[in-house]
Amino acid sequence: MATMTLVQAINDGLRTEMERDNDVIVMGEDVGLNGGVFRATEGLQKIFGENRVLDTPLTETGIIGAAIGMAIYGLKPVPEIQFADYTYPGFDQIVSELAKFRYRSGGEYTCPMVIRTPYGGGIRGGLYHSQSPEVYYTHTAGLKVVIPSTPYDAKGLLAAAIEDPDPVLFFEPKKIYRAIKGEVPEEHYTVPLGKARVVQEGTDISIFCYGAMVSVCEKAAEKAQEDDGISSEIIDLRTLTPVDEESIINSVRKTGRALIVYEAPKTCGYGAEISALIAEKAIDSLQAPIKRIGGFDTPFPYTLEYVYMPHPARVLRGIRDVMGYE
Amino acid sequence: MMVTQKGGKPGNAGTLFRVMQDDAKTVDLPADLTEFDVKRMYEGMIGVRAYDERALKLQRSGRIGFCVTSFGEEATQIGTAHALRDEDWIVPAYRQHGIAMYRGVSLYTMAAHLFGNTDDAVVGRQMPAHYTFRDKNFVSASSVIGSQIIHAVGCAMAMQYKGDSAISAAYFGDGATSAADFHSALTFAGVYKAPVLFCCINNQYAISLPVEKQSGVEALYLKGIGYGVNSLRVDGNDVIAVYEATREAAERARNGEGPTLLELLTYRAGSHSSSDDPTRYRSKTEQDEWAKKDPIVRMRNYLQKLGLWDETYENEVWETWRDKINEATNRASEQPEPGWETVWENVYEEPTPQMIEQREEFREHESHLERTNEGEFPL
Repeated sequence: MATMTLVQAINDGLRTEMERDNDVIVMGEDVGLNGGVFRATEGLQKIFGENRVLDTPLTETGIIGAAIGMAIYGLKPVPEIQFADYTYPGFDQIVSELAKFRYRSGGEYTCPMVIRTPYGGGIRGGLYHSQSPEVYYTHTAGLKVVIPSTPYDAKGLLAAAIEDPDPVLFFEPKKIYRAIKGEVPEEHYTVPLGKARVVQEGTDISIFCYGAMVSVCEKAAEKAQEDDGISSEIIDLRTLTPVDEESIINSVRKTGRALIVYEAPKTCGYGAEISALIAEKAIDSLQAPIKRIGGFDTPFPYTLEYVYMPHPARVLRGIRDVMGYE
Repeated sequence: MMVTQKGGKPGNAGTLFRVMQDDAKTVDLPADLTEFDVKRMYEGMIGVRAYDERALKLQRSGRIGFCVTSFGEEATQIGTAHALRDEDWIVPAYRQHGIAMYRGVSLYTMAAHLFGNTDDAVVGRQMPAHYTFRDKNFVSASSVIGSQIIHAVGCAMAMQYKGDSAISAAYFGDGATSAADFHSALTFAGVYKAPVLFCCINNQYAISLPVEKQSGVEALYLKGIGYGVNSLRVDGNDVIAVYEATREAAERARNGEGPTLLELLTYRAGSHSSSDDPTRYRSKTEQDEWAKKDPIVRMRNYLQKLGLWDETYENEVWETWRDKINEATNRASEQPEPGWETVWENVYEEPTPQMIEQREEFREHESHLERTNEGEFPL
């Protein structure tokens, strides 16, 4: 097995799937000759040619709309939207068209495709290169939403998303594109959608997180273990739609405490859904109120990015808050 | 007949491609059309009108909830449909059902959609006028204006990629030329030379907004030229001209010569939908003026001059259509609505655990209840 960064695993995953299936097409702004602004598609155009790795004009609604047309005709497009912030110009195509084609056509037309897009903060990208828009899409029936946090999962989840018969939004945590390395098989494999991953088992508190927040939570949990003897169970959700409800509820039933960590603005973020789920299905197991740690309810700042993003110290405080409830 | 002009050169807003010379004493059949062809087109246009008349009656009598008619726009549908092959993909808006009829979708299947019943191809999920017929390459229509234009380009790019001989045709109105995806579609089509036709049905109105308030350029086909897309303006009430222009554009697309924007100049003689009242925004005089240019009337005169028309034929065509349509809608009206479980079907290939939970909760508590009246369950 090779050791890869997360972005290398994505690149390797794309190459692997394109080798397996001629209908897989990569398209987007700067993805060809330039290899993508984060180099996720580096070298692909050289291998597969300009008609399989398309440098597109600068219109997100055009990229997604054209990909929809390709998908209903039978191709498997994997469009890249350069930053998740720029899925908004394509929002109508995603929520009104992509998400609804199967339903509105009585199952006659389907759009199996994967929109890859880097999301989240951590690269000093300011308001328009840092947002976490995942809940706009988890709120839309017909879409699946996937967020990897390790190189192994990135390649395996991407393969599963490409094989999936329904449209998938694949959010890549750009903060850890190169920060995390791991072993990645060179051949094709899948990590199933809809299944969370237990990052570490624990008995005192359940921490639910995804993407770049997983390693932040790991650091906080380690410190809580060292200093306070707190045993944290960390669950990486990996797929937000469909959510792995069973893993969440089972963990809360075991620990009796829940902390949810995410980068998007706290209000109506994905933590709200997890909180509601726990309150509906496992409130009798709770020994303390549920706590959410999110981004603040402000736009994403440039200079003060470090203030905005949940960091290990804030997560540690969250763990102690929940554990300290009498 | 050379009807197109090279993309990139400025068009002449004054030119309008037309075949029918209404004042001419005699006419000749175009070389590429037989007597059978022109009669089929005429009968096809009458079929659409008869279907629309029936749909409107059903709506006005409260038997269906909503309808969209295409009065006055029959030639844009039948003329393009006659020029395209069955393998070509139609990517329609919601006023192109005549193309589906012309491709041979059964009238019962059409009518089932008007009623949103258990035989409706879209399972009663969309308002009437949002047909889908996969086996006829008639793609699902959206209500969002213009969003389908770029899908047609994507389809065409996929056809190009796979080396297929099919092309795609997007249909949209004058209002859609203001929408973002008109521009994204023409941008993409221009860059990739996609085998796609852009059929802009300029029927003069986007609900109440007249085309002169929709666009700063008088002739909408001029918009295509800026994208490097071959563009022309056609008399959309002249079914022969629509056919000729479409045929040539389709041939170019199939030969790898790229996309064409066809502005088909016509008039929405009816309302925008059954919910709309055009007397609020346009005059009787204007409507009367356009009625003189009605595409069916013009084709009738054309056929008469060719010696292909008489009263008996006319009555027979109408009667046959009306009988078949009435039979189809009567049958459709007796079919039950789709089962309640279908609400959760076709969202994904398999429902999520959360959807299954919601469905089962409904099954247990509400599914057995009779509705007391429209949309209510008993308390």
